[in-house]
Amino acid sequence: MAHGDAGDHGRADAHGRVQAETDALRSEALESLLVEKGLVTAEAVDALLRHYEQDVGPLNGARVVARAWTDAAYRRRLLGDATAAIAELGFGGPQGEHIVVVENGPDVHNVVVCTLCSCYPWPVLGLPPTWYKDPAYRSRIVREPRQVLTEMGLALPPQVEIRVWDSSAEVRYLVLPERPAGTDGWSEERLAGLVTRDAMIGVARARLADDARAAAGRG
Amino acid sequence: MASASGPRAAALLALAGPAAPPRRNGELVFEVPWEGRLFGLTLTLHDQGRFEWEEFRQRLIRAIARCEREAAAGGAPFRYYQAWRAALEDLVAAKGLCAATEVDTRARRLAARPTGHDHGA
Repeated sequence: MAHGDAGDHGRADAHGRVQAETDALRSEALESLLVEKGLVTAEAVDALLRHYEQDVGPLNGARVVARAWTDAAYRRRLLGDATAAIAELGFGGPQGEHIVVVENGPDVHNVVVCTLCSCYPWPVLGLPPTWYKDPAYRSRIVREPRQVLTEMGLALPPQVEIRVWDSSAEVRYLVLPERPAGTDGWSEERLAGLVTRDAMIGVARARLADDARAAAGRG
Repeated sequence: MASASGPRAAALLALAGPAAPPRRNGELVFEVPWEGRLFGLTLTLHDQGRFEWEEFRQRLIRAIARCEREAAAGGAPFRYYQAWRAALEDLVAAKGLCAATEVDTRARRLAARPTGHDHGA
């Protein structure tokens, strides 16, 4: 991601390799011990991991956003009680109990962070990307959101107000991006293809209809 | 805090169970395999009711702050799953599920394996 510092770390790199080795070993040690104690099975761990790697991801959130773009009543329910509205589409589970949706508009742009750790609405976005957990993003997006967004490729006009939402165990935020122009009459499924993970965190806009057409043409 | 802190959500309904699998997501979630194992291990223990999520989260917050301080002081660069690993170890020890000394011993044994063994998986 653009905001990460790609500078050379030198000595810290060597520390990092040793630490990574330690973490890998201790993590493996912990799992093998807990399996031996009969507290978990490797198969249960496999199954959970597979679920989060394959089944839970931003496509869920994209479907929620596309429904809100095409169904005004659904959009109202989503803004009123996101957890319940998201459950209507069949999504829920851990880290999805208290989701709040914040809506972008011509004058307001919302962006989400978790300053303390990595709270994130798993059922609609999957697990957070590495940059979301990075100390640089977590501290800087609060202090200088406009600058960080610009570095990440989203330059907002100065008159657009930026609101930064700090997720926590109590509330996890999801951004409802603006529907791109030129998409009148599009189906929900087609619209969902414009909604990226980054747009729902608020570090990007939804893709433009023209870009989507070009991508489809290439594909 | 400088950020607009959002309105505390009204008590929202607790939700129905896990989602029906939609489609493949296809995103790379973990940088190396052990991070995924550790994540799966943590959720498995939680699923079994071994701890409340908040108990884990509070430890994760502390571990992240510690790792950040160490990185800032010239130690190993910050890595999220290092903090996660430390938090889970702390939690399972506190719950009497597995002592740190057991992990020490086992990790040493694993480290002594012949080279070529993949201990990342």
